[in-house]
Amino acid sequence: MSEERKLAYVMAFNEAVSQAMEADPDVFCAGEDIGAFGGVFGTFGGLQAKFGTDRVVDTPISEQAIVGLGVGAAATGLRPIVDLMFMDFICVAMDQIVNQAAKLKYMFGGEATLPLTITTAGGGGLSAAAQHSQSLEAILCHIPGLKVVYPSTPYDMKGLMMACIQEDNPTVMVKHKRLLGMSGHVPVEPYSIPLGTANVVRPGRDVTIVAYGRMVHESVAAAEKLAADGIECEIIDPRTLQPLDTDTIVASARRTNRVLVVHEAVRFGGLGAEIAAQIQEAAFDHLDAPVGRIGAPFSPVPFSPALEQHYIPSSAAIEAGVREAMFRNKVGA
Amino acid sequence: MNISPEVQFDLHRRMVRIRLFEEAAGRLAEAAKLPGFLHLYVGEEAVAAGVCAALNDDDHITSTHRGHGHLVAKGGDLNRMMAELMGKSTGYCKGKGGSMHISDLSLGMLGANGIVGAGSPIAVGAAFANRYRKKGQVAVAFFGDGATNIGAFHEAANMACALHLPIVFACENNEYGEFTPRDQTMAITDIVDRAAGYGMPGVIVDGMDAIAVHEATLEAVERARAGGGPSLIEAKTYRFYNHHGVQNLGLKYRSDDEVARWKERDPIFTLEDRMIENKVATRQQFDDIWADWRAAIDRAIQFAEESPLPTPDQVLVDVYTTGGAR
Repeated sequence: MSEERKLAYVMAFNEAVSQAMEADPDVFCAGEDIGAFGGVFGTFGGLQAKFGTDRVVDTPISEQAIVGLGVGAAATGLRPIVDLMFMDFICVAMDQIVNQAAKLKYMFGGEATLPLTITTAGGGGLSAAAQHSQSLEAILCHIPGLKVVYPSTPYDMKGLMMACIQEDNPTVMVKHKRLLGMSGHVPVEPYSIPLGTANVVRPGRDVTIVAYGRMVHESVAAAEKLAADGIECEIIDPRTLQPLDTDTIVASARRTNRVLVVHEAVRFGGLGAEIAAQIQEAAFDHLDAPVGRIGAPFSPVPFSPALEQHYIPSSAAIEAGVREAMFRNKVGA
Repeated sequence: MNISPEVQFDLHRRMVRIRLFEEAAGRLAEAAKLPGFLHLYVGEEAVAAGVCAALNDDDHITSTHRGHGHLVAKGGDLNRMMAELMGKSTGYCKGKGGSMHISDLSLGMLGANGIVGAGSPIAVGAAFANRYRKKGQVAVAFFGDGATNIGAFHEAANMACALHLPIVFACENNEYGEFTPRDQTMAITDIVDRAAGYGMPGVIVDGMDAIAVHEATLEAVERARAGGGPSLIEAKTYRFYNHHGVQNLGLKYRSDDEVARWKERDPIFTLEDRMIENKVATRQQFDDIWADWRAAIDRAIQFAEESPLPTPDQVLVDVYTTGGAR
């Protein structure tokens, strides 16, 4: 029965939170506009009506204090979910995320446990301009102590969100704004997907594409066009960016010998650089082409649809990237 | 309010412990036996003692970079504290935190903190959890005058009041933000003026008088436990040593006269004089207390010195609760 059930990405998030709150009275949510209003994207819709104002808490517009609320409550035994409306706003709360949440356990000699989930919405495509569209996941992945999760489908959203809530470490769950309405198969019953496990979205023999978030879908579109030309792409969605499932990525690279990493974040200093470096460290002799990287140009996210459309990596750019990886070293062959 | 002789002795003992621990730490630092930074609490003992004596073990506190006094006053283990200052594996943080991150969650002490102002939002979280569990626990955020200039304090104070949480904001106004006098960094004289802006009661107390601090805290804690929401206590106090370390590093930012004037109001000696004058205590009793705690500090130093250093394989331990980044 549940095989048939379809749910939107945003509602998969909502269902995970709801089921986790039913199962564990220590789970509560706090954030801006998440109570009666249900969150600006409807992510927390209906939860306050269901669980009451003590467990679904509207906060002031105070990102430092919102994360601090989560840190203090987590360190003293609760299992908080705190929401930062847009990923850009993590910058406002960076001290609490980076200097407090990520480090408390270590600094305290292992004594603290911080089962804290920070949820936020990343990515562009809504003409929300430079302060409401960023993809800042690489910054978070650089901080020891944090885990970073970025689901690309409704199924993964529910399972990963459940895993985040059950996780005993501070975790940042990034929802992509353009995927919120995406519908897909989501079982009704609770389930969790272990953090740090990649998903092979599409098997293929010729090129490995590593992509996450919305770029998974752009990569699938590119792979379908390339398949028509006989180029079979293997698409790997890491799903968790920290810890990264390097084993799955490297195993694929050893089979296909060509890799393209795709993300919506700016290319320079992005996760693509880390993934490319790990592949060359672990599979240098297997590579027939340099690991390619597709990312946004090195500018803030522009406002005008004409500019933003050009800015965000497209399936056409991914297709071109794959063709470049494929035909390198094959010229004249 | 009538503070019993037992409580007066309790306040005194907490202050003596802090004073002796800090002076020992200062001597060890001067002998280059302590790595890292050292922010001594000497002079401000009445605040930590007065506040913490009003708390239960399961009440929470957040602390500051000048945090040893708070942990000692909350009942911290002197051996584990001294070992942590020396970076030993037997320390509170197994040598990974040091002076600025010393903590004891079993005593509700949620950590000294190297970031000015950062403890207050965490105290708000502890206060939220305390109300959530409905066991009557409260949280106290310790912070200095300088921390009230940082956004985190404002966000925490406002949120605590908006959510009506069981919390006490305990400001140690020692008149200097590191090396800069308070009157150069804010246009008000009293931190307590800020309380009204958040909608919470605020009170100024003599931070050199442990009994006064204690009385004010009892009232604020009682209000918090009874569901009356947050309070702010401004304790006017002074640090006898430098912002960091013992010596002034040749920096002259306070006059000798000023330091001498505050030292005349030493929180421990003034309490002793008062207790003797009120015939609550004798000089001999105080001499015994000092001697007992001197011995305890000597044992703590010996414990720390004899403790092993952490081994290099510990670097990657406790980054995450289970597993970890690949």
